[in-house]
Amino acid sequence: MSEQSAPGADGSGRPSGRLLEVDDLRVEFRTRDGVAKVINGVTYHVDAGETLAVLGESGSGKSVTAQTIMGILDTPPGFVTGGQVRFHGKDMLAMSAEQRRRIRGEGIAMIFQDSLSALNPVFTVGFQIAEQFRIRRGMSRADAKKRAIEMLDQVKIPNAKGRYSNYPHQFSGGMRQRAMIAMSLALDPEVLIADEPTTALDVTVQAQIMDLLGELQRERQMGMILITHDLGVVADVADRIAVMYAGRIVEEADVYDLYAKPAHPYTLGLLNSIPRMDEKGQELRTIKGLPPNLMNIPPGCPFNPRCPMAQPVCREKLPPLLQVGRSRASACHFAEELVNRD
Amino acid sequence: MGRYLLRRLLQLVPVFIGTTFLIYWLVWSVPGDPFAGKCGDRPCPANYVNAMTEKYHLNDSIWVQYATYMKNLFQGDFGTTFSGRSIGDIIATSYPNTLKLAVVALAIEAIIGLGAGVLTGLRRNGFLDNLVLISTLFLIALPVFVIGFVLQWLIGVKWGLVRPTVSNDMPITELLLPGFVLGSASMAYIARVARTSIAENRRADYVRTAIAKGLPMRRVVGVHLLRNSLIPVVTLLGTDLGALMGGAIVTEGIFGINGIGRQVLRAIVTKQSATVVGIVVVLVLVYLVMNLLVDLLYAALDPRIRYE
Repeated sequence: MSEQSAPGADGSGRPSGRLLEVDDLRVEFRTRDGVAKVINGVTYHVDAGETLAVLGESGSGKSVTAQTIMGILDTPPGFVTGGQVRFHGKDMLAMSAEQRRRIRGEGIAMIFQDSLSALNPVFTVGFQIAEQFRIRRGMSRADAKKRAIEMLDQVKIPNAKGRYSNYPHQFSGGMRQRAMIAMSLALDPEVLIADEPTTALDVTVQAQIMDLLGELQRERQMGMILITHDLGVVADVADRIAVMYAGRIVEEADVYDLYAKPAHPYTLGLLNSIPRMDEKGQELRTIKGLPPNLMNIPPGCPFNPRCPMAQPVCREKLPPLLQVGRSRASACHFAEELVNRD
Repeated sequence: MGRYLLRRLLQLVPVFIGTTFLIYWLVWSVPGDPFAGKCGDRPCPANYVNAMTEKYHLNDSIWVQYATYMKNLFQGDFGTTFSGRSIGDIIATSYPNTLKLAVVALAIEAIIGLGAGVLTGLRRNGFLDNLVLISTLFLIALPVFVIGFVLQWLIGVKWGLVRPTVSNDMPITELLLPGFVLGSASMAYIARVARTSIAENRRADYVRTAIAKGLPMRRVVGVHLLRNSLIPVVTLLGTDLGALMGGAIVTEGIFGINGIGRQVLRAIVTKQSATVVGIVVVLVLVYLVMNLLVDLLYAALDPRIRYE
């Protein structure tokens, strides 16, 4: 496991000066039934102005990684057992609680999946945005309210002034997610983590929210980590994609490369399972089997029981995440063959 | 909101009539002779009995008696006891005492119960949590008179920290001990409900959001978590005022407080239905008003509840 090496975008190892780096992060959940190894050495980074999409099935560890970055992992049961999360080169896991708190919202902010439960039901949307200006910036009530209305305006909520004093349940799903975005951007964060921001929304609204996020990210030159299980969502917005499986990154590549030629059989399976118009009427293609039980991850490559390409070596040796060609990495013994096939 | 309030107030009328009639009927059905022992060892003379029966309409049917009573009640006349004392006066002197005791009990219950509930809800399974769980179990299991007599003896008599009984002008400092005794069981329930509510909401998504916003823990708990966790506690506290006043009878006896408990007990023994009903009628009013207040407070605490 220690042989995993981080893929630098330029292939020259890990340069310092990265905005946010997750380095060989390990997290386990200690439950009554046993220890689940949820994150097993995740390494990725995001720089200012770029969007990294983290893709994976439920249980692959993409959200837990984000929670660990934010410092909102539920402990117990979750425990960080190794690795670093560096923000501007400083390891946040070694910081005091107070130092970490100051980074939240201002350095790194987060958008949650279900805006209805993520917003406090008993306070107005405006209050929940203005609160940050009052508490973190020491603004007066009136100034904070003005700034909060500006934020609502920026995320294109019509009649922002009137909406300020509405409660979350009085917003539609799309509007609520916009308010959530306004709240996360209030303190002008350098990194924005969006944890499945469109999962709870209608398809048409999904596109609007993704467009808005992309626009705001470019405008503010933020680093954005977009967590999703939807390959369709990431194509337009992301610069790079990291694919996660059983608490590991199995492939990382530029969007174009990954779609054109996946270097891991899991990614290939994901791409193949997207329904296509020209295969109408045929049975949908899926990846056989289920993700592994994290309390009992199979030896060797964790994907081997489901992998159509599995060989004896896959059951014995865990493939490290290694460079494949230029600016991409894969954790498969047969990555070169996958990339070089026609 | 206005319409809702009006409807709720109108609903009070049948509830009020129903409860008062029920009480009137219950006291009326208690067997016994109101003139037993009134005239020393001998039975009362017939002309006295006849005169009293006439004066208090004792031969009328219960319907007529109740109607007469209600008619007088709406004119502000609670009637008189057999010895001629105005029941209105009895209520006016004893109610404030009981109310004062109940309010002190409620305050103690809210402060200690809620405080213990919040602290243990945030840190479950710690030393404090176990201490509170065990001590609340004791408070719930022990009858009020046991807690009352033990604390009166221990704190009032043995250690001499407070007066064992309450003096006539009822200073707040002397009401702390009786208030604690009266509110002890409810305090234990409040602590447990608050603990569960805090522990449940502690893991809620909006608490996580508040933390992710970089708010200080004090504000996350004091504003975001507490406001949501208070809703079930408020119900308990609000409806408890009436229960405390009605249940004060034992505590009043132990600490020598001249409250409604003592009056109602005396009236039941001497079969003075008018006194019993008079006191209970006011108690019913307290219940009804507090229930209405709790419902209105709900809407203030949780904006998702709107009345129309």
